[in-house]
Amino acid sequence: MTDIHSLRDDFPILDKSLNGQPLCYLDSAATAQKPNKVIDVIKTFYQAENSNVHRGLHTLSKNATNRYEAARETIAKFLNVSAKEIVWTSGATESLNFLAHGLSQALNENSKIAISPFEHHANIVPWQEACKRTGAQLLVLPMLENGVLDEAGAISLLQTHKPDILSIGHVSNALGNIHPIESLIKACKTLGTKTVIDGAQSFMHLRPDLVALDCDFYVFSAHKALGPTGVGGLYGRYNLLNTLPVYKTGGEMIQEVTFAHSTYRDAPGKFEPGTPNISGVIGLAAAVDYLNNISPSALQRYERALYQSLLQQLNQIKGVTVYGDTQNNVGIVSFNYKNEHHYDLATLLNTYGVAVRSGHHCAQPLMNMLNVNGTVRASLAFYNNEADVEHFINALKATIELLD
Amino acid sequence: MNIENITKKLSESHGWQAKYREIMLFGKQLPELPEALKVGSALVSGCDSKVWLYVDLDESAQQLVLIADSDTRIVKGLLAIIIAAYAGKTPEQASQFSAYTLFESLGLISHLSPSRGNGIRAIVDQIQMQANRLA
Repeated sequence: MTDIHSLRDDFPILDKSLNGQPLCYLDSAATAQKPNKVIDVIKTFYQAENSNVHRGLHTLSKNATNRYEAARETIAKFLNVSAKEIVWTSGATESLNFLAHGLSQALNENSKIAISPFEHHANIVPWQEACKRTGAQLLVLPMLENGVLDEAGAISLLQTHKPDILSIGHVSNALGNIHPIESLIKACKTLGTKTVIDGAQSFMHLRPDLVALDCDFYVFSAHKALGPTGVGGLYGRYNLLNTLPVYKTGGEMIQEVTFAHSTYRDAPGKFEPGTPNISGVIGLAAAVDYLNNISPSALQRYERALYQSLLQQLNQIKGVTVYGDTQNNVGIVSFNYKNEHHYDLATLLNTYGVAVRSGHHCAQPLMNMLNVNGTVRASLAFYNNEADVEHFINALKATIELLD
Repeated sequence: MNIENITKKLSESHGWQAKYREIMLFGKQLPELPEALKVGSALVSGCDSKVWLYVDLDESAQQLVLIADSDTRIVKGLLAIIIAAYAGKTPEQASQFSAYTLFESLGLISHLSPSRGNGIRAIVDQIQMQANRLA
């Protein structure tokens, strides 16, 4: 297994300078950077291997099809599930739309869908639309005052309402909180509630074992896990997945088409019409291969230590308020400084080469509950190091001096 | 505060931190909008920060009157520059005026990018639209 400290060298963008400042990339929750291995695989595919899949008898097409289907095996193995339980999509957002569409077919005005207050808009709006179509009710799990999910309150709400579906992020994109989904899924099992886990922020950091988690569905985006943009997927427990209705239709997903009637293949084929994002899928597999060479426990230990260092130094700056769960966190600090606007802070930090996100992080309801209009979010990955933390803290201090 | 003054101050400040310091100081000179005028109908959509904008015509002088405010210091400073640029212009003159050229000459062109986080372009478009309406 690889030494975590040396992995940074695999990410060419981290050597860049912008406006005369070395780049300090602390926006991995928005998108992770890509290692050379992923970049090279995509480049080589277009240079030497490009061909459509599932169609040709020629060698290139057969090779591309083999690589494409091997990628499904790679992701399935990573998540500890079967390849036929993985459906490719354009990313977590499309996966959630697909599930909200499919799972809502069985809902009516007596049905209930539960979500958490921490959700990204992508895990709110598709369910809201499902409620509009079916008359189902949307329930929101409770939050404690300190910006942490109220676990006991959440379980009690689930037991009281027995919702048809619980859809919850494994990790909050805005705050980094790791939610206690194990206990929520366990409670849902006894209630007959189907569980959907938004894994966009957990896939790379926590590498979840879906058999151990025992969720029914899990969605992910490649680009948040070292892979390319525009591709991702979902896991579905096969007996549930295969009963979902088709979402998009077209070529390749069919068994037989007449002008009167069409029949479809079994999952995952029936959910993947048209030419897929072949290079994206192969790039994602390269990203997962890369992650497989890193010890998960070493990675988590490294990220946790870096997060603790960042958090501790940030807390020493008077006037800084950090939001969310600082005990169970993947490495995101979401904060404000006094009454200064997050826009001003992030704009000034950028002049020092620091890339952070500012705003509501596509989680407006959460921001309302925290009583802020937004935050500055610095998010870490294993390719960050103490020098990045120091760079950021120094830039923040200089920014504060400029504002005070 | 006039545009010559602004141009001079910005050209004398070296480095982005110094430029932003000046921009924030321009913003401080802009009077704060009374709370009663900070209403949804005056918000410019497409901005990450809140921007309230009023464009009217001084009938006797036939000049544009601009009032604007923002909840962020940097955008408020940029508003001060925009207001100084349009101040005293007739609606016809304003329609002909290119804020793009001005921001380019000030070295602030990145603020006019149509990216999600930046609403300066939206503000300038809004002023142009109102100027055309009043012309």
